[in-house]
Amino acid sequence: MTYRSHADLGGQDVRDPIVQEAEGDVFHAPWEPRVMALVVAMGPTGLSNIDMNRATRETLPNYRDLTYYQIWLAALEKLALQNGVLSESPPAPKQVQHAGDVMARIKRGWPASRPAAGPARFSLGDRVRTLQREPQHHTRLPGYARGKVGVIEKIHGAHVFPDTNAHGMGEAPQWLYTVAFDEKELWGDTAPLQRSVVSVDAFEPYLEPA
Amino acid sequence: MRVRALEAQLTEKGYIDPAALDVLIDAYQTKIGPRNGAQVVARAWRDPEFRLWLLKDATAAIASLGFAGRQGEHMVAVENTPEMHNMVVCTLCSCYPWAVLGLPPTWYKSAPYRARAVKDPRGVLKEFGVELPASTQIRIWDSTAEVRYLVLPQRPPDTEHLSEQELANLVTRDSMIGTGLPNSAA
Repeated sequence: MTYRSHADLGGQDVRDPIVQEAEGDVFHAPWEPRVMALVVAMGPTGLSNIDMNRATRETLPNYRDLTYYQIWLAALEKLALQNGVLSESPPAPKQVQHAGDVMARIKRGWPASRPAAGPARFSLGDRVRTLQREPQHHTRLPGYARGKVGVIEKIHGAHVFPDTNAHGMGEAPQWLYTVAFDEKELWGDTAPLQRSVVSVDAFEPYLEPA
Repeated sequence: MRVRALEAQLTEKGYIDPAALDVLIDAYQTKIGPRNGAQVVARAWRDPEFRLWLLKDATAAIASLGFAGRQGEHMVAVENTPEMHNMVVCTLCSCYPWAVLGLPPTWYKSAPYRARAVKDPRGVLKEFGVELPASTQIRIWDSTAEVRYLVLPQRPPDTEHLSEQELANLVTRDSMIGTGLPNSAA
């Protein structure tokens, strides 16, 4: 089965205006905060992880027609079905988020950093080329930054690798780098120059020496 | 209603404690929002040592003010200068530094911002009413992993006499994403 993300929007021709919003307006329907809280509260159950959630959202066939919390809701429903949560014999939750420890859980967060399995392949200032091919699974290298040459600008240590973690294949920690690209490299000589540099955070398997 | 049905099922099966949902919603409506980030910025404007710490190890510097945690586990602060303007986007989904800015505004998660911020940053800034000098370089940080970015905006002129709280009041959410500038002193 082919994997298709509908969420990879960087550089696409989307002309709708950007609708600005006052600072306090984070929800736009009474059910939206409930969906946000359900998704966050399902975290400790261990039935899914952040990369599985993202993979489930981005592959919803009607992704582009849904509002953001509709996407969250549809993915939550889909994962609940997939994981047998609503079946006769649901899997046991690892932990249940109780009201008393919500704030402590938020404060602890969910760090993605892990001990590295080996030394980093690249150093600051190295020129690297990103993978060209589009993988048939969840990935975090945006389409506009595929097959491009950039420079390693920051090294963040080893982090959980979304490409495996999204598919239940383990965390397989990989070195994570900030890679910066000149605008001409990304958009060619014909795009109007903006005096801009774009960076992505790229996992080591996305990169080759350039 | 779909949400209620799902919540009832998840509660019945023992995955969800509905009381926890109320606490979570209250946290992101009243406690965790852009005023947290504004405190960080105001401190950095007033305290040169804190500014250096923030630029070197943002996670630790921000944690020292009590704003550590979920979607802020790996923070990087990027400083605007007359030569360099920083702007943050997540083209793949909606990655955003919740611990300092709260939940993202709808436009940040929307297709037009995600599509255009990387390719036409000056056009996007114009939509937000920001026009930068042609000589200013624009740096766009696409949050494609679990690192979260906070923009440290330039301190507005004539604010030497202001207290930290007064400075924080000038800091807008958009100025910490890089799509806006701080308010000027009255």
